Amino acid sequence: MKKIIVAGIFGLSMAASNLAHAEPVKIGVITTLSGGGAGLGVDMRDAFTLAMKKSGNKDVELVIEDDAQKPEIAVQLAEKMIQSDKVDLLTGIIWSNLAMAVVPNAVAQDIIYLSPNAGPSVLAGAKCNPNYFNVAYQNDNFHEAMGQYANKDYKKTFILAPNYPAGKDSLTGFKRYYKGELAGEIYTQVGQTDYAAEIAQIRDSGADSVFFFLPGGMGIAFMKQYAQSGVKIPVMGPGFSFDQDILPAVGDAALGVKNSASWSKDLDNAANKEFVEAFQAEYKRLPSVYAAQSWDTANLILSALGKASVKDKDAFRAALKAADFKSVRGDFTFNTNNHPIQNIYVREVVKEGDVLTNKIVGTAFEKRGDAYAEQCKM
Amino acid sequence: MRGGAYARTSELPLTLDLSPQVGRGGVFVAHFPASESIRLSIALLIEQLLNGLQLGVMLFLMAAGLTLIFGVMGLINLAHGSLYMVGAFACAAVAAATGSFWIGLVASLIAAAAAGAIVEVTVIRRLYDRDHLDQVLATFALILMFSEGTRWLFGSFPLYLDIPPLLQGAVPLPGGGQYQLYRLAIIGVGIVVAIGLYLLISRTRLGMRIRAGESDREMIAALGVDIRTLYTVVFALGAALAGLAGAMVGALQSVQVGMGEPALILAFVVIVIGGIGSIKGALFGAILVGVVDTMGRFLLPKALALAMPAAEAGPIGAALASMLIYIVMALILAFRPSGLFAAQS
Amino acid sequence: MTNAPFMTRETIINALLALLLLGFPLAAQAMGEPFYITLATRIAVLALAAVGLNIALGLGGLVSFGHAAFFGLGGYVAGILATHAFNAEPMLFGFEGTTSMPAIWLAAIVVCGLIALPIGAISLRTAGVYFIMITLAFAQMIYYFAVSWPAYGGEDGLSIYVRNEFPGLNTAQPLPFFLICYVLLLAALALFWMLRGSRFGAALEAARQNPVRLSAVGIAPFTIRLVAFVISAMVTGVAGALFADLNKFVSPSMLSWQMSGEFIVLIILGGKGRLFGPVAGAMLYVLIEYALGGITERWQFFLGLILLCVVLFARGGLLGLLAGKARHG
Repeated sequence: MKKIIVAGIFGLSMAASNLAHAEPVKIGVITTLSGGGAGLGVDMRDAFTLAMKKSGNKDVELVIEDDAQKPEIAVQLAEKMIQSDKVDLLTGIIWSNLAMAVVPNAVAQDIIYLSPNAGPSVLAGAKCNPNYFNVAYQNDNFHEAMGQYANKDYKKTFILAPNYPAGKDSLTGFKRYYKGELAGEIYTQVGQTDYAAEIAQIRDSGADSVFFFLPGGMGIAFMKQYAQSGVKIPVMGPGFSFDQDILPAVGDAALGVKNSASWSKDLDNAANKEFVEAFQAEYKRLPSVYAAQSWDTANLILSALGKASVKDKDAFRAALKAADFKSVRGDFTFNTNNHPIQNIYVREVVKEGDVLTNKIVGTAFEKRGDAYAEQCKM
Repeated sequence: MRGGAYARTSELPLTLDLSPQVGRGGVFVAHFPASESIRLSIALLIEQLLNGLQLGVMLFLMAAGLTLIFGVMGLINLAHGSLYMVGAFACAAVAAATGSFWIGLVASLIAAAAAGAIVEVTVIRRLYDRDHLDQVLATFALILMFSEGTRWLFGSFPLYLDIPPLLQGAVPLPGGGQYQLYRLAIIGVGIVVAIGLYLLISRTRLGMRIRAGESDREMIAALGVDIRTLYTVVFALGAALAGLAGAMVGALQSVQVGMGEPALILAFVVIVIGGIGSIKGALFGAILVGVVDTMGRFLLPKALALAMPAAEAGPIGAALASMLIYIVMALILAFRPSGLFAAQS
Repeated sequence: MTNAPFMTRETIINALLALLLLGFPLAAQAMGEPFYITLATRIAVLALAAVGLNIALGLGGLVSFGHAAFFGLGGYVAGILATHAFNAEPMLFGFEGTTSMPAIWLAAIVVCGLIALPIGAISLRTAGVYFIMITLAFAQMIYYFAVSWPAYGGEDGLSIYVRNEFPGLNTAQPLPFFLICYVLLLAALALFWMLRGSRFGAALEAARQNPVRLSAVGIAPFTIRLVAFVISAMVTGVAGALFADLNKFVSPSMLSWQMSGEFIVLIILGGKGRLFGPVAGAMLYVLIEYALGGITERWQFFLGLILLCVVLFARGGLLGLLAGKARHG
């Protein structure tokens, strides 16, 4: 009934600092491992377990389960992990709506939750919590970055996103920094797969650029149809639609597209090189931003375990907040609301041999926090 | 909301100038006090109508198989969307291996028909004399197995499939617009399939048996027709049509696990509107749903923007548009409880 | 058509199932495993929703593929009332919201009844597969509305930060909350049993089997069916309110067509037309889902396989296996 992966097979060289707190630590990982969205969860899990394995920490025990991308199942798993498995920490959720279902209740029971992806604005602002650490981004960040970047080249942008809260947050985030004019603003259906009607409107709008946020299969469908339609207006978007999990399915249609993210595989730092090499060697594929964030989450936890006992919540929270780990994203600190302060980069989709991937072409924000930190009373 | 063509006051248009002179191919201009206007060019309108037609044709390919299977065997097949997914995955995998979309297309037909035949022989065959509830549960179970099985075989990441070089590019439209060749080809395939099905059912021996099976199941068995084989053939034919739709759509959108269910729900809407068991109804219903959905997405936000601030009109219009086909369906069924072209059963 | 002698084999099995569902969380409490109480609560709530559907489906033969609409509406009633009370923000007409469960249930019953009335009135003009699909259409309308309506979280859903209250019980504890759900489930089963044995139930049965004859004796099948549909929606709505309190969260996924499908699956899995069919189905489904989910990430494949085997080889569902043939078609 339990699926527990005991990490730390190479535990011979245990660091002295780890010895001081050599007590078992249980981490619950709730992520999406089945259905259409499983690619993201698989990357999350793979990077997380790999980081734990590389660390050689024998005391960490992982409880990994599949939420099937359903909020009810995620809630049930969280309850089980807290009550039955008695986990010390929770992490792993990919989607905002699942995070909203799990996080408020978990942190209210004094369980520390670390988000490896998804940062809904509520949890960054009014409902922030000392037990909630977001190691990824606040949901608006990537969109804001694209808005900022668009000011450089564009004056009349057409924007579109799905008609749900994350979609509206996206366009709000973009408009927060974009100073030009809007050629149009469209909300599409959630789960929509045909964008011919929207592309026709884009062509007709006289726009000089297009910004879109369409996660998962929606983005793949849009990019393919956009490229096939022959409309030449440049496209940009948050990195979600141009990451390693999606690029192979979009194909050359994505070439040259500018997108924003907090991480790219060519970021020049030692931690990132080690991560990309280790991930490729282990899994024979390139890591995605979800893998990078998950790797950072694992290393953040490990760094805190080296400093404090997970049973001493106050000390452990302080150790997490110090963010004393080597992030693959370079500089990484926590803001007052436990959300990252980090650079947001602009990347371009390029081809390396036969493989589509991203390279960094600019920095949209340096040391960016988020728009909701002020509302957080912690 | 900052300024721009979309930030508009809530005042209503004072005049509606319908003189088709301006811009390419004629433009309807609604004048606003703030000297802003909504442009609805005829070319764009034609393009959107074609988009609706193309969506409708895709739905028809799905719905034709579904309605055929229901009409002949009286079976509700929730797993029809899974056969659509099988077609898309087979096409993508074979096209990636051989480099040819066309071989992939053939493979999708074979794979979907084979999957359909296997499922019919092993599972579906036992369900014909059961009530609809058992059929719902069994085919629901098949969805779970197909989805996870596909992920098992092909991994968790979406597959790549592009339109063939032959069909890339666009053709000019009257009025100055242009339309994508591939989408026109889809419309063409849909028309060919519709005619083919008509001929098959009205002119061939197989079609005669299908018609006989629709009207009287016991009789046809009494006449010595091998009904088991007939059912397997009909099921495989329906599956192949779904697979064909999946392969053609796979080139346009994302080939991924779970792609079949939204298409399935729409196909059900189509056959219910058209009248279950009626191919003609499926064709009509599919085009109605395709056009209503596309035009709703296109026009509703614009129409609402005439009456309220654009910032609110966008999301509300989009919300209404996503409910629109279900509203249309409920209306049609309220007045014609057996759909538009109800079959005799 | 009348209820059978008191001590049939099915009655004994029903009693055992009821005791099992009660005993399981009590044992979990004794062993200090509160999670299993939560699991039992989930079973009870899903069973309650399916008992609601069973009034339409089992008694009236009305296969609604849209009962998630009422389940979700009940959930949103709980979520919205609680949120307004929690944040002390008055809502429409200055009403302040409430965190009292009985008041929430009452509101859920009223809301679901009011919405089920027009949906039923339109849907019941159709029959068979058309009825299945038109109920789905209405549920989809509400689903898309909830996804895109921003006021209460849309797709992201709505959190209930503190579980709503019941006079005299500490609902934050798993066991008291389970007992509330359990008692409501028993009440719904009693309602189903009474309806089935009543003249109303007889008329409903007749409306299913021979509507023409029923009309001939001066009873309109339409009205009978509509009443059954509305009662059915109300029960499922209460289950939705409890589900929201169980998860302390409501989202449009409660309104999705997969949820409607799940209710139907529960009924068939347990044994259709049976009093305890939904209970047996919910126990089996939740336990399989939980156990498989712990073993393999391919659990959905095996769940499908098990369901398929039940349909093909265990006609009449779990109760058909345990208690023999159903007395009702």
